[in-house]
Amino acid sequence: MTGQTPLLAVEKVETFYGNIRALNGVDVSVNQGEIVALIGANGAGKSTLMMTICGAPHARAGRITFDGTDITAMPTHEIARLRIAQSPEGRRIFPRMSVRENLQMGASLDNMQYFDQDVEKVFALFPRLKERIDQRGGTLSGGEQQMLSIGRALMARPKLLLLDEPSLGLAPLIVKQIFDAIRELNRTEGLTVFLVEQNAFGALKLAHRGYVMVNGAVTMSGSGRDLLANPEVRAAYLEGGRH
Amino acid sequence: MTAISDNTARSTSSPYGEAIRQALYAALLSAGLFFFFIGLESTQDISNRLILRSHWGVLATVVALVAIGRFLFIAFVLPAVDRRRANRGPIAVVAEKDQSFLRRHRFKIMIALLVLYPVIIVSTVGMQGSLKWVNNFGVQVLIYVMLAWGLNIVVGLAGLLDLGYVAFYAVGAYAYALLGTHFGLSFWILLPAAGIMAAFWGVLLGFPVLRLRGDYLAIVTLAFGEIIRLVLINWRDVTKGSAGISGIPKITFFGWFDFNVSSPNYIGKVFDIPTSGAYYTIFLYYLILALALLTAFVTIRLRRLPVGRAWEALREDEIACRSLGINTTNTKLTAFAIGAMFGGFAGAFFAARQGFINPESFVFLQSAIILAIVVLGGMGSLSGIAIAALVMIGGMEILREMQFLKLVFGQNFTPELYRMLLFGIAMVVVMVWKPRGFVGSREPTAYLKEARAVSSTFTKEGHG
Repeated sequence: MTGQTPLLAVEKVETFYGNIRALNGVDVSVNQGEIVALIGANGAGKSTLMMTICGAPHARAGRITFDGTDITAMPTHEIARLRIAQSPEGRRIFPRMSVRENLQMGASLDNMQYFDQDVEKVFALFPRLKERIDQRGGTLSGGEQQMLSIGRALMARPKLLLLDEPSLGLAPLIVKQIFDAIRELNRTEGLTVFLVEQNAFGALKLAHRGYVMVNGAVTMSGSGRDLLANPEVRAAYLEGGRH
Repeated sequence: MTAISDNTARSTSSPYGEAIRQALYAALLSAGLFFFFIGLESTQDISNRLILRSHWGVLATVVALVAIGRFLFIAFVLPAVDRRRANRGPIAVVAEKDQSFLRRHRFKIMIALLVLYPVIIVSTVGMQGSLKWVNNFGVQVLIYVMLAWGLNIVVGLAGLLDLGYVAFYAVGAYAYALLGTHFGLSFWILLPAAGIMAAFWGVLLGFPVLRLRGDYLAIVTLAFGEIIRLVLINWRDVTKGSAGISGIPKITFFGWFDFNVSSPNYIGKVFDIPTSGAYYTIFLYYLILALALLTAFVTIRLRRLPVGRAWEALREDEIACRSLGINTTNTKLTAFAIGAMFGGFAGAFFAARQGFINPESFVFLQSAIILAIVVLGGMGSLSGIAIAALVMIGGMEILREMQFLKLVFGQNFTPELYRMLLFGIAMVVVMVWKPRGFVGSREPTAYLKEARAVSSTFTKEGHG
């Protein structure tokens, strides 16, 4: 939009599961300091795009660049070392490790050099985690686990935060808390966020820009506000489903 | 309704009176039952007539045992169970409050006892009598403790199910046996060499199975164990096949003194003490104790380092690990290598202790026993695994000693033959009673105020 080179650029990416094409030439870009939302129905390929960015599975065609580096064929752990942190679908916290140990795993990229100062930031954002610090991850509630998953991703000091369905299965009040936390991070720290959501209303209200995905391809894009006002988007994703 | 009235009756009347009454009932019942089973035996006499022989003594012993057992159960076990049930709160948080002296220093006390064990044995049964106790119970159990602690790194911490662990034990043993007999190198040089060689084979196994998990990994590691054993049997030029390697040199005390009676540096001559075979056994005991403690120490340290933390995270969720920038390939390979290294150390020790090895010592059953010890002890828990090794290996050895069972089952009864049956029953009982192993809780390595062990109620079965 503005002519600057995007932090993350996904160009004509195609991803396959065996012979089945899940992504069909997807173009998405995320600029520095932006919150970008990707919305779409079940099975549209949103999570596949998220995972393709992380290199599991790799894209079969097209190009993904991050901060000027081509990451299309890089192994997942090396992509993560470029400071792309992810709160994956299903949270994927370590259930038998304590909250503190989970956060330490997030900080392992820097050998826990900044652990003490970063953990305070995470606690300021999610005070509930501080109360639960010595508790096992698996014993947390769903919302707390989501907070832990995001907190763990933040401990890696990311340049880009990928969030896969952070509102999945959570009570509306918790969803609001988490979305508020994301907005806060973006405003105060300038953190770039790319999130995939089914909760289209909440996600588009939060995001600066949005993409709509249908059957493995991006069909619409625009500012969050424009998409919210768009009659087609309203009909497909918002009517009757306002959270 | 019945349960409630039963409970009140139990708490109001004195437990001892009730226990005596119940014991008498049990004695009566068992006397009636065993009268024909044990008390009478039909045999043929010298002129082939059927006669009845009576065993009143044995019958009386059995009945008395039943009565005493019932008495103890009613008087002590049941009240203890009730008390435990009453104390158990609604939430299963493990209370670590009763920090008595014994409890706080239990590991130091255990280690002190282990160090003093040969001294106690020698002072009670004498030098020659101590051989059996130090060797069969001390050395034998500690070898398995060490093997199980080594396997624990792979299975318990990294969560990679390895059914071929005995292969690394074999590599270590053959490394020492071959290099020791052919080149006459010292044990102290070959011990690290055996460990490195086993670690190398661990990495070699690790590469092809990097992408496998769970059942698939188990099958491939099982095959790997068998391949190593078959190579040892068939590569006759080097390994002498099933005939095995004999005359493996004994370990010396860093060249200062040794344990060959004919040698000029024999311990008896160096220290001017009488000749005895027990010195070598006691020396081996302390050596394997040191090796086992080294394994435990390294495991405890590694768990606090990034690599150990990464193993545990890998066991929990491989995908999450990768998305946090952990190189899962290297993490798995280090787990295989370090686990295999301790197997190799134990193997070299085993070869030196036996003086003779052949492929028969490295069959699949060994892998199964080591894995069973890890699972019974509670995966990831060092103390639980040590207890399991003591119960399983020590228990099997103790069965040899149970000659009094012949009184009950007749003179033809050989308790050793039932070892495997009892072993199996014991495993089933433990798994029913404690499905997550003896010590199913997991101590976090990082905490704010106090280490709150995670109750086994929250740990998944088969995990620590």
